[in-house]
Amino acid sequence: MALLKVDDATAGYGEMQVLNSVSLTVESDEIVSIVGPNGAGKSTVMKLIFGLLKPWEGTVQFDGNDISGMAPDKIVKLGLCYVPQVDNVFPSLSVEENLEMGAFILDGPLGERKERVFELFPRLAERRRQRAGKMSGGERQMVAMGRALMLDPKLLMLDEPSAGLAPMLVDMIFEKVAEVNAAGVAVLMVEQNAKRSLELADRGYVLATGRNQVEGPGSELLNDPEVARLYLGG
Amino acid sequence: MAVVEQSLAGARGRNLRRRAGKLFGNRWTLVVILALVAVAVVIGADAKNISGVRMLTLVVRGVMLGGILSLGAVGVTLIYGVLKMSNFAHGDYMTVGAYLGFALVGVLPHGPRIAGLSFGYEFIVALLLVMPLMGLIAYGLDRFTFRRLRVRRSPPIMMAMAALGLAFGVRSIVYMVFGADFAFFYTGATRPSIELFSGVRIRTDQLFILVLAIVLIVLVYLLLERTKIGKAMRATADNLDLARISGIDTERVVFWTWLIGGALAGAGGMLYGLDVQLRPEMGWWLLLPLFASVILGSIGNVYGALVGAFTIGIVWQVSGAFMNPAYGPGAAFLVMILVLLIRPEGLLGRRG
Repeated sequence: MALLKVDDATAGYGEMQVLNSVSLTVESDEIVSIVGPNGAGKSTVMKLIFGLLKPWEGTVQFDGNDISGMAPDKIVKLGLCYVPQVDNVFPSLSVEENLEMGAFILDGPLGERKERVFELFPRLAERRRQRAGKMSGGERQMVAMGRALMLDPKLLMLDEPSAGLAPMLVDMIFEKVAEVNAAGVAVLMVEQNAKRSLELADRGYVLATGRNQVEGPGSELLNDPEVARLYLGG
Repeated sequence: MAVVEQSLAGARGRNLRRRAGKLFGNRWTLVVILALVAVAVVIGADAKNISGVRMLTLVVRGVMLGGILSLGAVGVTLIYGVLKMSNFAHGDYMTVGAYLGFALVGVLPHGPRIAGLSFGYEFIVALLLVMPLMGLIAYGLDRFTFRRLRVRRSPPIMMAMAALGLAFGVRSIVYMVFGADFAFFYTGATRPSIELFSGVRIRTDQLFILVLAIVLIVLVYLLLERTKIGKAMRATADNLDLARISGIDTERVVFWTWLIGGALAGAGGMLYGLDVQLRPEMGWWLLLPLFASVILGSIGNVYGALVGAFTIGIVWQVSGAFMNPAYGPGAAFLVMILVLLIRPEGLLGRRG
């Protein structure tokens, strides 16, 4: 059974419908990437899964639980953590405090969990006392991912992890995503950078005008003329 | 040609302004200007033949007043940070705290006076009772008023109006229960004073007030920096959405914010009442200096509120050397306006 299953979900903001019967699944060891042009509703899918939006129709199931519209703090307890695209660190808190906030729901010492994040991102260990607001874009992305990894989630959701980063940092972030996945965490990400993210992903979905139009293994999607057409419009 | 020159001049003007902004908007520029104001005050005092001892005494009193203000200002700035709301009822929460303490001191058995001070242990017991009580009252009032508006996502102006309404309502209750007359914790008690240094005298009560204010502020600092709930409060103030996404129990954060804000307001009110007197409008008149302190230090920033409170306290007192002391809060406000013109984000604020 799939770890995450979005079934025929329709959702939007206020009166405005953004998603039109979107369905997708993530298995417990996969990297799945949602790509699509601007305004296709990629971030909205993430918000829907994470309970920030309630589905008008359809359901969201995670690990056997119906989580449609569930409060984020309850979803986190089930093992689903989310890194938003922007404003994804606490700027006035230190790196270490940012990580601690990721594990707010846990009682007891967090030293071991922090060390694990520092192993993944040695750069953060050097700067553990620095305020996150004073760090570069790439370092912030590491803090944000580290925060979401503190709970040892079953599924990590990343909203445009490479947005606004220099090419070298994009490589680094994608490498880290692969490393996290290799450690047994499923990853669902949304990306503008379709080529890079589909190369990395086991499977991908192409989202356009609020529907998922094409689904398939990452490498196949890359060579699919239909995908090119959706991206280029026409 | 003329057009090009004009646009060039325009660009140069903008550039100049930006550079001026950079220079004058610098935190240290502001500190230098405040220091220059202080020097001007000293020269002015010399010209008016005001003795150095008197000036120093006023500065010491200003620091003491700053301690009281900081107890209110820290609450205002925490509540603003976490709830993004200006609590205009905060001054009146201080009044309620003072009168609750007054009632408790009246009920509790009076012990002997503590050596050198004007009050006995019952005052301290009352203070220790008023703090948690005011914290719970502040949280309870939030549940009945602001929380309902938050759930409905009411605009900030509605929240501000609700806070003002709450301020009037709370004050009316104080009028009804205690009457409009002023009162003292200990009517007719002698208030001993000591010489601090070279002729600067201060009442021992005021020394007690300052020490207690500093102790409470240190405790708040430790809570914010060292405890999990304190860090969660700072995180929520930084970014409410991210706090929720991280699984932080934001309702608990709201509870603790009011508990701390209310407790500090209660303590501040009692201490202010001890220093001056109790009046139903005492807190209302503190509201402007409180907000001046908070804005001066940059709203939402706890450490800024401390810097602001002590600055405002000193300006308030020292201005009394040159004009009617009743204008003290006005002078403090003038300093705030000056600061905002130079650096709108406040002393400790972040740019952009």
